[in-house]
Amino acid sequence: MTWHKRVLRVNLSTRTCKVEPLNMEWANDYLGGRGLGTKYLMEGMDPAVDALSEENQLIFATGPLTGTMCSTSGRWAVVTKGPLTNAIAASNSGGKFGAELKFAGYDLLIVEGRASSPVYLLIQDDKVEIKDASEYWGTTVWHTEEAIKEKLGDPQIKVASIGVSGEQGVRYACIVNDLHRAAGRSGVGAVMGSKNLKAVAARGTVGVPVADAQAFLKVVKHTHQLLEDSAGRKDLTDYGTNAMIDTMHSFGGLPTNNFQDVTFPGTEKINPEAMSTPNENDHTNLITNKACFGCTIGCGRIAHIDQNHACIKDRQQYWHASGGLEYETAFALGPVIGVDDIDALTFAGYLMNEHGMDPISFGVTLAAAMELFELGVITSADTDGVALNFGNAEALTIMAEKTGKCEGFGKMLGMGSKRLCEHYGRPELSMAVKGQEFAGYDSRALQGMGLGYATSNRGACHLRHDVFAEDMSDQTGNGKAWPCKTSQDKVAMIDSTGLCLFTTAAWDTDEFQQQVSVACGSHWSNERLLEVGERIWNLEKLFNLRAGLTKADDTLPPRLLETPAPAGVAKGRVAELSTMLPEYYALRGWDQEGVPKEDTLDRLGLGNKTTPVAANA
Amino acid sequence: MTLKTLILDADRCTSCLQCEMACSLEHEGLFAPAFSRIKVFEFEHGKRSIPYTCTQCEEAWCMQVCPTNAISVNSELGTKVVDENLCVGCKVCTMACPYGTINFNTRSGKVTKCDLCGGDPKCADACPTDAITYGVAS
Repeated sequence: MTWHKRVLRVNLSTRTCKVEPLNMEWANDYLGGRGLGTKYLMEGMDPAVDALSEENQLIFATGPLTGTMCSTSGRWAVVTKGPLTNAIAASNSGGKFGAELKFAGYDLLIVEGRASSPVYLLIQDDKVEIKDASEYWGTTVWHTEEAIKEKLGDPQIKVASIGVSGEQGVRYACIVNDLHRAAGRSGVGAVMGSKNLKAVAARGTVGVPVADAQAFLKVVKHTHQLLEDSAGRKDLTDYGTNAMIDTMHSFGGLPTNNFQDVTFPGTEKINPEAMSTPNENDHTNLITNKACFGCTIGCGRIAHIDQNHACIKDRQQYWHASGGLEYETAFALGPVIGVDDIDALTFAGYLMNEHGMDPISFGVTLAAAMELFELGVITSADTDGVALNFGNAEALTIMAEKTGKCEGFGKMLGMGSKRLCEHYGRPELSMAVKGQEFAGYDSRALQGMGLGYATSNRGACHLRHDVFAEDMSDQTGNGKAWPCKTSQDKVAMIDSTGLCLFTTAAWDTDEFQQQVSVACGSHWSNERLLEVGERIWNLEKLFNLRAGLTKADDTLPPRLLETPAPAGVAKGRVAELSTMLPEYYALRGWDQEGVPKEDTLDRLGLGNKTTPVAANA
Repeated sequence: MTLKTLILDADRCTSCLQCEMACSLEHEGLFAPAFSRIKVFEFEHGKRSIPYTCTQCEEAWCMQVCPTNAISVNSELGTKVVDENLCVGCKVCTMACPYGTINFNTRSGKVTKCDLCGGDPKCADACPTDAITYGVAS
């Protein structure tokens, strides 16, 4: 149980919706979420297709624990081929939408084809409708979500939607649900836009059963208590993820001015203390913390912008509260572009949510544009008259809005840093792997992070591995391949349960095993769960190989490989990828070109035999 | 005698909905917030999250209007309790209640409301932030 064993398959080209039984063999091999979504994608389409063509599929996947009383049970995944990377995209979100989709009675929603005109999908238990969305097309996420709820007269409906950026193919457009939670990375929103699908609205009354409620509650009481007692959990509750910004600054791992520096003196103006301290107008940025569905951590921040600030002084529509700064948003709208204006950062964060864009990719792309500007490669004639200097807070908010609306230079920024820098003949200035921009950790100070970035199947990402403890205690690349590999497998498993990675502040594999076992009513050993993770990792790799990626894509930009870190604990170091990568491939059971060996695939049940596509019911 | 009640502190609520899951598990046997007797309402992009359920009010309009006498007082707890064997699902109580805290349940075809889980309210147990506690109101 906890799987409904039901897949909703919607073909927008033929405008048909049908329910199929979940392939339980696959569920037992891949759990749900990221893993099961990837299996369905791999079996359902050719990885070589254009990510923005109608042959690409868009899969919304819940996990077996989504919608249960396990802490953080609101997680769901969007799995598709990413237009930013041309690789597998598996983007994870929280909020309440995913649980609602599960409550409606579905494990997975698979969207195929392309609608001939803008539509949205309305799912109310067994009633599934493809509805006209022309009145929402061309509008923001915030407008769409509220307008759909109002039109349907049901404030409890949960909505996942895209903004104009997704409609017009911004390569890092997100799918935003519940106003400020997002399947943020790799451009999954652009895939949704390419299908003419503006939104998915869900309302569910089927619920989620567990195998043995009393046994389940006993386990959950224990796992809740572990979180309650955890110091790491308490930091997340009290300070949010932005507590990391001071750590990274003092460590020398905080990418600044497009990774030209690794410390940022303005940190104190945008850190958690700054968020909760009144400014000269007696305005305090932070209002409260907020949880996703089922979450007993509550790392989300709700903030508001000082009404006296120039960016919104004359724009009353932004005087309300909304999602506030988290670490990656703060990094990508702050240090990496040299900006330390907390109100401008918060406003730009609002714009990311309102228009549906990944702040990491946007910010790091803007950082590349700023370096191009300061080098004189582009001038204000290219940038609509805006001086794109590092530290220009006004440039940040102007460009965030232009990109969200696909206007002027915003169209160029919407290509992402790789395409932007190639366009202007300076590809080395793109701080990305496989076309996807880095998160807020410098690979020279955190060597294991660098290996994780280079080998991440969805392009640069800080959430595909966890080598943090090892990186903080040892600045070399020695011994980083093994924790990188094993944590990648573990994270892939966690991402497939329906629970959140941040629970690892208190939980290890055993706690996930206990919860999966008791909820599903069958024993899952730790070894079996970690093998699921390894299987997922290898399947993602196979997807990428079939999509045409090679070893050349498992690398880092020359700035990190050749230019020593200018400061911090790793001063003088470069990323030691050349020694870590062969070790990593060997530990993975891959050959020197990064291709999984036959015995590795056989061991994981990924051998050459063709798996039949699930029979349609 | 001073009765214990659910004490709801909206300032502490993070809108995690553990309460709604605990409630639906207790009363419906599965996780289905749609059928929870306690609801969390969110305002202004999550600036305020407010848990809300039956206050077990003394007037008990639901009880007064019920044509089948399906609602009675549990004198020990002060709760107004629906007898599902007597309820015919006419929904008159849902119109009489000024608080909107007795609702028609599409699963059972009867009305449902908070009964404090017989004196051991599961929502208060489940709340991670003490936004919901069970005690004597000051």
